[in-house]
Amino acid sequence: MAIKNVMIVGVGGQGTLLTSRIIGHVALNSGLDVKISEVHGMAQRGGSVVTFVRFGEKVYEPVVEEGMADVIIAFERLEAKRYAKFLKKDGVLIVNDYRIDPMSVVVGARKYPSDIIEELTKTYNVVSLDAGKIATELGNGKVVNSIMLGVASKYIGFSKEEWLNTLVATVPSKTIEINTQAFLRGLDN
Amino acid sequence: MSKKIMLGNEAIARGVYEAGVKVASAYPGTPSTEILENLAKYEEVYSEWAPNEKVAVEVAIGASISGVRSLACMKHVGLNVASDPLYTFAYTGVNGGSVLVVADDPGLASSQNEQDTRMIARSSHVPLLEPSDSDEALKFTKFAFELSEKYDTPVILRTTTKLSHSQSVVELSERQNVEDKPYERNMAKYVMMPASAIGRHKVVEAREIQMQIDASTFPINKVEYNDKKVGFITSGIPYQYVKEVMPNASVLKLGIINPLPKALIEEFCKNVETVYVFEELEPVIEEQIKSWGIQVKGKELFTKQGEYSANMLKKAILNENIEIPTDDSPVRPPILCPGCPHRSVFSVLNKLKIHAAGDIGCYTLGAVAPLSVIDSVICMGSSISSLHGIEKAKGKEFTKNWVAVIGDSTFLHTGINSLINMVYNKSTGTVMILDNRTTGMTGHQEHAATGKTLKGEETYAIDLKALCKSVGVNRVFEIDSFDTALLEKALKESVNGNELTVIIAKSPCVLLKSRKSTFYCEIDQEKCKKCGMCLKPACPAITKDENGNVKIDTFMCNGCELCFGICKFGAIKKVEK
Ligand SMILES: Cc1ncc(C[n+]2csc(CCOP(=O)(O)OP(=O)(O)O)c2C)c(N)n1
Repeated sequence: MAIKNVMIVGVGGQGTLLTSRIIGHVALNSGLDVKISEVHGMAQRGGSVVTFVRFGEKVYEPVVEEGMADVIIAFERLEAKRYAKFLKKDGVLIVNDYRIDPMSVVVGARKYPSDIIEELTKTYNVVSLDAGKIATELGNGKVVNSIMLGVASKYIGFSKEEWLNTLVATVPSKTIEINTQAFLRGLDN
Repeated sequence: MSKKIMLGNEAIARGVYEAGVKVASAYPGTPSTEILENLAKYEEVYSEWAPNEKVAVEVAIGASISGVRSLACMKHVGLNVASDPLYTFAYTGVNGGSVLVVADDPGLASSQNEQDTRMIARSSHVPLLEPSDSDEALKFTKFAFELSEKYDTPVILRTTTKLSHSQSVVELSERQNVEDKPYERNMAKYVMMPASAIGRHKVVEAREIQMQIDASTFPINKVEYNDKKVGFITSGIPYQYVKEVMPNASVLKLGIINPLPKALIEEFCKNVETVYVFEELEPVIEEQIKSWGIQVKGKELFTKQGEYSANMLKKAILNENIEIPTDDSPVRPPILCPGCPHRSVFSVLNKLKIHAAGDIGCYTLGAVAPLSVIDSVICMGSSISSLHGIEKAKGKEFTKNWVAVIGDSTFLHTGINSLINMVYNKSTGTVMILDNRTTGMTGHQEHAATGKTLKGEETYAIDLKALCKSVGVNRVFEIDSFDTALLEKALKESVNGNELTVIIAKSPCVLLKSRKSTFYCEIDQEKCKKCGMCLKPACPAITKDENGNVKIDTFMCNGCELCFGICKFGAIKKVEK
């Protein structure tokens, strides 16, 4: 099997780390070699963050480079735009339709680009959703991650059972039910 | 034997545990921090946060001399602080094996420079090993302890950010049962006065010569012959890029970088037509090979800066034309979190147009617009001493709109020495300790003033105010970081005054569990005059849309009330969560 390359991009504090770990464990549990690369430290402070998951028979490089990604999960629109160039030709870009202004926009030095999703759709294979809204409907704003993961699971591979087993083993026990619901909502999206 | 997926740093901690280590000490620093955080989970190992890296290494030295295996960890710049004990530890050698894990940060993910620890290993004559994935991180750590005891020397295990912070599959084993070595007084070995140090210097040189010979047989080096036209000498994470891009090339992967396995390298270069040395940062391997009269290619193709990549190899070796579309998206550098107490302090300093000699921590972000308060940042502890230098150079008149800002953890790391210097040499400056009750930047580690140890046990919490007073600072104020009026008053008085003053601005980091707000702030659009005052402290939760309407993101707001206090029109209200 060819190596699969997945990227999770977002803004520091959005929980991209946990998402990448779940993907990594699903692959590991099916007997594959896995590498996950994370960002710690400075970039956690509201900065742009990107984590990489690669899996297959034998993985060398721990990161995904430009033009290599099969799937990008973007937790924020501007970050989707920033990292879109990492996608392969037939790769899929999953975008949470959510906006967080970087400081240059807050202070008025730059404009937040308009129509990001429309623009990206012209070049890339884009799946967009308002995961924050779905999460609120489910009654917990914090399950955005599991919704996004549910959507992504269709493009990453592995069976529904394999995903759910790993999810259940990874999230805090009190939140298993709500996260399972969120994942399934994403899967049905 | 079980398999697990582990962070490089977690795997090192596991290796330390399996190697039967009994004592470990460290000061946090990205990308090394998670080593001790993970090691703390093993009951069998005593582990602690030290106030700085010099202390940590000296703790490890003591433990080693007494006869047990010991560890110290730090980021690359931490080794500068610890280099004093390091250079002489190389002379004394060990009793119980001792390893220093040093994490370099090519690419500066979270550092103030890009120095290369391999250079320090060379100049201090300390062996240095470098793994290339988590499994090797575990195994090389154990091997480092064996080498340490066999050759009677401390050993450095070097990692880089990509190794420390990437996860891959590791194989676990049981903890080794390592007997304590008996302790015997040995003046010629452990008391480094000139007479004995002269003798030990000879030992150091002989050891390095012997290790250079033996290194060619160490199992941590790996030769992979393929196409003998092109070969790479590499180590660490760069090895992974070579394998990714050049699966058919011959590769010599070095596990030991100091001393280099000379015979092994010579043989590889004899067998392979064109040899590239692929190493991040300084040409440490390349220059030594060239000094042996062997032709290799290296830094003329590959930069001394930043992290390497597979694309870089594709371009340089395969002449692939990789076009990466440019993207003009507004950048998103790190910022102070919504509700961060540092923002409150900087908003006051900004308002009073005060310059700050800065230091290292989350509060370094007080340098960037629109807060723009900090003028200089060098290394931990330097804020206080450089402010002192400015005053001695330019006089009190020049520094009357200056302060030093330093975090609580940084103050205890090395800032206290600088404060003693201010007292001793009669400074009149103002020092602000931004006390957020934690080591924030590196992810919330306890320190000597938090009242908790690394293992979560209760301990005495050093009282920063009493500490400053005890070294002779008479004017010490403790002020809530969000009490902007009081901060303003105290600052005006002290920067204009003629007496050394310490202002401790106190409020826990907003990410700590102890500080969960029960409400958030919201803008009453009817009352809002769109004056923009609340935007000045640059809280990421407050934004202005295209029509000039100001909004607060209720997901992000942590209810710190800074904006609430700023709005003169009562347009900001507090809403229960
Ligand atoms: C010699 C050295 N050791 C460690 C570090 C890593 N480091 C940077 S800032 C920091 C501590 C910051 O804590 P504190 O001073 O309390 O400020 P905060 O981040 O909480 O605002 C550490 C450990 C470093 N840069 N230099």
